[in-house]
Amino acid sequence: MKKISIISMLALLVVTGSCRKDSSFLDVPPKQVITSDVAFSDPSLVLSILGDLYNRQVDFSGLDNGWASFADFSEAFPSENGSYYFVQRTGWGYGEWGLWDYNYVRDLNLFIQRATAATKLTDADKNQFIAEGRFLRANYYFELVKRMGGVPLITTPLDYDFSGNVAKLQVPRAKESEVYDFIISEAEAIKGLLPAKAEEKTRATPGAILAMEARAALYACSIAKYGVNTPQVTLPGNEVGIPASMATGYYTKALAAAQAIISGSAGNYSLYKQLPDLSDNYANLFLDKSSSESIFVEDFKANGGKTHGFTTNDQPFSISDEGLDAGRLNPSLNLVESFEKTNNTYAPMATKDGSGNPIYYANELDIFADRDARLAGTVLLPSGLFKGKRTDVFAGYQLADGSILTSGDATQLKPLPGTTTPVQVVGKDGPVNGAEFRTQTGFYIRKYLDPTVGSGRRGRGSDVNFIRYRYAEVLLNAAEASFELGQTAVAAGYMNQVRARAGLTTPLVAADITFDRIVHERRVELVFEGHTLYDMKRWRLANVVWDGNQMSVTDLVSNIGKATKRNTQPWGLWPYKYYNPGNANNGKWIFKEVLPSPVTGANRFQLGNYYSQISDDILGANPKIVRQPNQ
Amino acid sequence: MKIKFHHIILGILLAATGCKKDNYAPPGSKLTGRLTYKGEAVNVEYNQVPFNLYQPGFGKSAPIVGTFQQDGTYSALLFNGNYKFTIPPNQGPFMWKEVGPGKRDTVAVTISGNQTMDVEVTPFYMVRNAKITAAASKVTAVFDLEKVVTDAANAKGIDRVDLYINKTQFVSGGDQIASTELAGSAITSLTNISMSVNVPGISPTQNYVFARIGVKVSGVEDMIFSPLVKLTY
Repeated sequence: MKKISIISMLALLVVTGSCRKDSSFLDVPPKQVITSDVAFSDPSLVLSILGDLYNRQVDFSGLDNGWASFADFSEAFPSENGSYYFVQRTGWGYGEWGLWDYNYVRDLNLFIQRATAATKLTDADKNQFIAEGRFLRANYYFELVKRMGGVPLITTPLDYDFSGNVAKLQVPRAKESEVYDFIISEAEAIKGLLPAKAEEKTRATPGAILAMEARAALYACSIAKYGVNTPQVTLPGNEVGIPASMATGYYTKALAAAQAIISGSAGNYSLYKQLPDLSDNYANLFLDKSSSESIFVEDFKANGGKTHGFTTNDQPFSISDEGLDAGRLNPSLNLVESFEKTNNTYAPMATKDGSGNPIYYANELDIFADRDARLAGTVLLPSGLFKGKRTDVFAGYQLADGSILTSGDATQLKPLPGTTTPVQVVGKDGPVNGAEFRTQTGFYIRKYLDPTVGSGRRGRGSDVNFIRYRYAEVLLNAAEASFELGQTAVAAGYMNQVRARAGLTTPLVAADITFDRIVHERRVELVFEGHTLYDMKRWRLANVVWDGNQMSVTDLVSNIGKATKRNTQPWGLWPYKYYNPGNANNGKWIFKEVLPSPVTGANRFQLGNYYSQISDDILGANPKIVRQPNQ
Repeated sequence: MKIKFHHIILGILLAATGCKKDNYAPPGSKLTGRLTYKGEAVNVEYNQVPFNLYQPGFGKSAPIVGTFQQDGTYSALLFNGNYKFTIPPNQGPFMWKEVGPGKRDTVAVTISGNQTMDVEVTPFYMVRNAKITAAASKVTAVFDLEKVVTDAANAKGIDRVDLYINKTQFVSGGDQIASTELAGSAITSLTNISMSVNVPGISPTQNYVFARIGVKVSGVEDMIFSPLVKLTY
């Protein structure tokens, strides 16, 4: 009896337990997916989405996309056996530098749409997030237009309606000018939504927005103005190329945006002037995270999960934290000699006197004396100081009979003539042709090189940040825009600020400002910051300076400071010790221009390289997209 | 387990059945030809002047891209079928017929087996009567230039003329051991132009060089060349 009641009770429980509705049993919210209305209900959740979007921004050369992104264009030589293709190829593929990540654009559009629709965020938070999303989208379209020209402008998330008709999703390319107009109008629309805050470097600020606007407008106007030099680089629908009539309008906008930053209305930015030694000061501007000069950066954090290997890859071989991992990026003599003398004149490195005899220097660094302070701040010169030690760069002994005593490695000792004790006859840092991880041009990079203890180790890495927009560039943008508008005195004023910081204290006057000067100043100030290719493209100089012809020594040492100077092969400057006991010059240094032997190709920039190829996959999927010109 | 004979046989049988052909035959018809102007070869730079072959009707419309050799010859290994041959805009030192602004004419090619098709183009200039000689490690060239395109709308000037020499048979601005340049503005007469270049030391030594004359036409990226000459001295 008792048993029966227990069994029937149990049965009843089981039956009633299974009587729940199907829907209440099956509809369990998944725990690993956060729906968009939940995500957009809490500012810290939105921030985590935004963090991912910030991370997906694309830079031409970034510290986290490898040292090799800095190595091209004859500004540097790649000292790594697997990377000699940079200097052996005779040009670039049409697909090089291509970018077409519309997944990212969609995510940005979704973010903006959802942040706009959010109901549980405060208005201040919403404005902040929407402005940041729009900034990132505009900045990404800027990256796209620089590489591809006019691209389809998608500003709302596109969804397929499963009707079988995809024509609605096939958006044609916008005109190149329309993309620039979009960037400028977005910048104008959102710059007032955010508080001016110069201490904020990693997120969108009015300073970052205006800096982007100034640069974008400047790119647009130079394409409009200098596009006439390459009439072939256009498309009938202006998807590529901007009509010359639009140049002045863009120059005015570029100048206005740059001046808004300079006037201080977007926050208190200024040139970095903290250290008494001007070269150290210039180098430190890239290391100091609280620098008043940086406007928008990609930040890194050591022991915090976001680091990069730039210092590991590029530290001097003899001062390496990581044994053989070093010395890949070697700035070229082409770049080094383009730094002016402090009296504002251009001169090649003085290796020979008027009658062709070598010039002897008591100290290895003497040949670089009286140069623009940015030279030693950008480039680690032979016998340059890093982490308290000097690099050991010498190519061998120049003997009195004209022959050279050298070896393939610093550990292979040889006796000097007339002696029997073997001594070191080549520097620990090279240069030796083909000896990787050591300099092969005589120079190492100093910009971004992190002197923090342990920064050169693979495990720790470096957390030097990458500056995307900085105040000096804003000044140079203003200088270029005002120069093109005919206000040369204003241009000189802006340029002199940047130059004075580099120790070029004799000011340039209005008559000195020429197109060559503008091009030159941007090169020496902004080299290795991802500007080289885009600047050469927008000035339509790329097919002139990278013309595919090999460079002779005469090419190398002449026409320095000319915008059209050929720059197709990275040369080196090799120091030799003079050995001639009894001679007054014994033990002194002489220098020779050397083309490192792995350099066999010469850069050739074809007209088809101006705008990267749109792949046949994309063209096939969307027949409204027109092919790039000259490919 | 001991490996028995019939196990091996079984294994071999399995492997053999896997040998069935599972692929298409590779393309086997060769299309060859050269660039010509009135039957004469048009010489260009190696690997710089592209041509496109479209085969309509298959999937997405994408070209098969090839480039001309420096003597103007080309070749492509294709499947039999109907193709359209064209040269992309602004490529090559010659004119190509356009059927509208930016719309390039195409040549229909029907491939069935190997065949030859010469491509007739109108170069802006031709190098004529080139006499390139070598003596005492100096290469001298005497030649005429013929301006082929003379109508006002399409005629173009000369940027520069270069005499290139190289130790291999690839001779151009990118492949050379020495060159001299004559600016277009310095050319007063198109006949009897003379240029010379000193042969630098070649290591390892060889007693011959290859030479070509290249003409850079204003506003045209690719250069047009004279036929390659091997000079022994």
